[in-house]
Amino acid sequence: MSTPNTSAAGKAAGATADWLDQRTGVGVAVKGLARKLFPEHWSFMLGEIALYSFITLLITGVFLTMFFVPSSTDVTYTGPWAALQGTTMSAAFASTLRLSFEVRGGLLMRQVHHWAALIFLAAIVTHMLRVFFTGAFRKPREINWIIGFVLLTLGLAAGFSGYSLPDDVLSGNGLRITDGLIRGLPIIGTYVSYFVFGGEFPGQDLIPRLFTVHVLLVPGLILALVGLHLAFVFMHKHTQFPGSGRTNNNVVGYPFFPVYTAKAGGFFFIVFGVIALLGATMQINPVWNYGPYDPSPVSAGAQPDWYMLFLEGSLRLMPGAAEVVIGNFTIPLNVLIPGLVAPLVLLGPLAVYPFIEAYATGDHREHHLLDRPRNAPFRTAFGLSILAAFFVLLLAGSNDLLATHFHLSLNDITWTMRFAFFILPAIVFTVTRRVCLALQRKDRELVLHGHESGRIVRFASGEYIEVHTPLDEHERWIRVQHEPIRPVQIAPAEDARGVRRKRYGADARRRRVSRLFFETRVEPVTPAEYAAAQEHGALEGGDGEHRQVTASGEPESISRS
Amino acid sequence: MSSVDHYTGPANLPEGHGPQELPERFENPGLPEHKPRMGDVDPKVDKRRERIVLALFGFSTLGTIGFLVAYFALPTGKDVETIHRSNLWLGLGLAASLLGIGLAAIQWAKSIMNNEEKVEERHPMASRPEVREGAIKNLTDGAKDSGISRRGLLKSAVVGSILLFPLTIAVPLIGEIGGDWNVSKLKHTMWKKGLRLTQDPSGRPIKASDVTIGSVWHVIPDGLDKTAQPLNEKAKAVVLVVRLDPRDIKSEQIPGASYEGILAFSKICTHVGCPVALYEQQTHHLLCPCHQSTFDVTNGAKVVFGPAKRPLPQLPITVDDQGYLVAQSDFDQPVGPSFWERLR
Repeated sequence: MSTPNTSAAGKAAGATADWLDQRTGVGVAVKGLARKLFPEHWSFMLGEIALYSFITLLITGVFLTMFFVPSSTDVTYTGPWAALQGTTMSAAFASTLRLSFEVRGGLLMRQVHHWAALIFLAAIVTHMLRVFFTGAFRKPREINWIIGFVLLTLGLAAGFSGYSLPDDVLSGNGLRITDGLIRGLPIIGTYVSYFVFGGEFPGQDLIPRLFTVHVLLVPGLILALVGLHLAFVFMHKHTQFPGSGRTNNNVVGYPFFPVYTAKAGGFFFIVFGVIALLGATMQINPVWNYGPYDPSPVSAGAQPDWYMLFLEGSLRLMPGAAEVVIGNFTIPLNVLIPGLVAPLVLLGPLAVYPFIEAYATGDHREHHLLDRPRNAPFRTAFGLSILAAFFVLLLAGSNDLLATHFHLSLNDITWTMRFAFFILPAIVFTVTRRVCLALQRKDRELVLHGHESGRIVRFASGEYIEVHTPLDEHERWIRVQHEPIRPVQIAPAEDARGVRRKRYGADARRRRVSRLFFETRVEPVTPAEYAAAQEHGALEGGDGEHRQVTASGEPESISRS
Repeated sequence: MSSVDHYTGPANLPEGHGPQELPERFENPGLPEHKPRMGDVDPKVDKRRERIVLALFGFSTLGTIGFLVAYFALPTGKDVETIHRSNLWLGLGLAASLLGIGLAAIQWAKSIMNNEEKVEERHPMASRPEVREGAIKNLTDGAKDSGISRRGLLKSAVVGSILLFPLTIAVPLIGEIGGDWNVSKLKHTMWKKGLRLTQDPSGRPIKASDVTIGSVWHVIPDGLDKTAQPLNEKAKAVVLVVRLDPRDIKSEQIPGASYEGILAFSKICTHVGCPVALYEQQTHHLLCPCHQSTFDVTNGAKVVFGPAKRPLPQLPITVDDQGYLVAQSDFDQPVGPSFWERLR
């Protein structure tokens, strides 16, 4: 607006801005950030969902802390829930009942909080899948990828610590399993267990300790890292998908103010609103049906929250024979391998993947244009194969439900999963890589020969051909814009005078890795290939006379289908 | 300088050939032409869109009012139905209140705000060379001013004292956090010679004659609730009692530990400690519902399937002079999940 705002509100706003700027110099930040551009794509909203469900967690969480009593002290229940009246339970469980039955809106806040936690972790995971499969983790964003990974583990810690707070039978058994896992650690296991529980399981200390972890330590760390994560997003400027007018050196999008202020701000309310809808209509964790924690009872078909299911499945799959005794010392590998080693082996390579890929490409440039997953076949295949392993573990974590719902033998399911855990990722890797390459070939095919128009033309000679419509330049660009990535070339082992080069071994190793990634590849169409195909098409279709057959407003090329 | 030939982009591609020198790569065709929306050209459409946004904000306000009405009008009560009714209407009000604002804002952004895409240049992340040089100079100047390079002892003193001071917090924390740190408690339970087996949770003693063949009993030691930490004791001492036809017993873990076909096994799974609470009467298998370890009661509770390795420890039992089941002793080994020093 070129004319100064003369309304009363405008004047007041101006005066406030002046007051603030004279004391903080905030004008610099506002000038730099207000019109900062952000590109648009639906998949960029996944990270936003994670952020907004976290804010939802903070808001509902503060409400819950006002009524929750983090204590294992025994109390006798006298509240309105008849089924448990007179039962001895922890103050934590009793206060959870009070929140559910006596505090108006308390159950809603509990259910919204729980649903938000499930969505928080689901959003983190899908956001990371988007970042992984589009290569958004490449330079200069490797640090932000690592921060994201730390946030994922903190999210798991937040979820698990919160899940355990109500002190019900279900979460108590989860803690019992955790204790069994911790105790299995060689040498220090029993001491770590005492460290966590303040002595023997379950003890009186865990609930207050978990509470501090859940409401202070973990959310504090998440908040700090989320701040850093977002600061990096602003600093790096958001990545964008390739397309006409989008380059590695620009950002095409809408300004933060007002478009994304409204869209992102509005989206917060939508995320919160949808979670509220879930909390209103779908019951979650009705602890009053489970009862307070007691080491003796357990219910069949009990599942942890979804984000812990892979660990549960992993524990279920491992055969017991793995437990070994060396000398007088017991090493329960039947617990340690599925509980600790497997998650590290599956997630570790993903955590450091930006560095592995940079090693294989030998590429030190900044990348702000995203990859279409098909254009990075190795990466896409690798990521999906790890997902396949997780999928098997998720299924294995529900093997009892699979058995009862589909009337299958539990033992057969378990044995199938044991093999599937190793075989399926290999199959998924191979198939995905081939599918990516096939899609790239299809892109080439389209660029070179155009769309099938479905129009059949007969020549005077009696020959039939199908008319192909060439792609317009925008359609074509999306299919040819990516750079072909080839295995690194290295200098020969010996120099011109026959002296063996020092770093040749390391270079050869890198070439081997690089070939593994990029030897099999399909390169995008070059202008020369395109021109050749056009000529070829024209020749095959006959001479100029035949070209005219297709002349109907826009130029079309002819090629055999 | 690295001998690896780093891929640096199109410059490395093989030279193009052909009659007319074609470029290596296609040219980026540039942003497609911007197409105005209906509302941008037709004021009537624009007005209608504004009304939609207004209506959505109105919907939000109705939601808030609905929430408040539900809060004051719907009591929480004694039964699940009242709770669920209150929860449903409060939740719907909250959701409407939030979704109205969200949808209005996004509708506004999408249909009214300027939707022409803008372009902004990126700049390399690294700071410019002269800035870098300045930074390095500042650091070297600072280091020189501090005099640290000439005073080696001072360097060690700084690092040493800073590394040592956290001990003042860590030592008492680690000292106290594990209670008495007496991990050998894990190897014993409160079972001892002559202690009665009682029903969980009532605590009633069990007459051997009441335990019929095929029945299963969840058992706790007598006097459990009078201990200092009943849950801790219970977490180790819970036992399952089953009675088999003596002809079905193939082998026993401890000879003489059962009483006329009545066997008592620790209920704590030897895998990661869940209660092994499911008994299959037909197969005489005990099944842990957490990870499906399966134990054969007729064969010394050996593992027949699943992730556990060791059999469930057997509690040696007999009857006292009144015919009630009692323990002969504590378990002969630690119960529950394995740990490093369990055999020590």
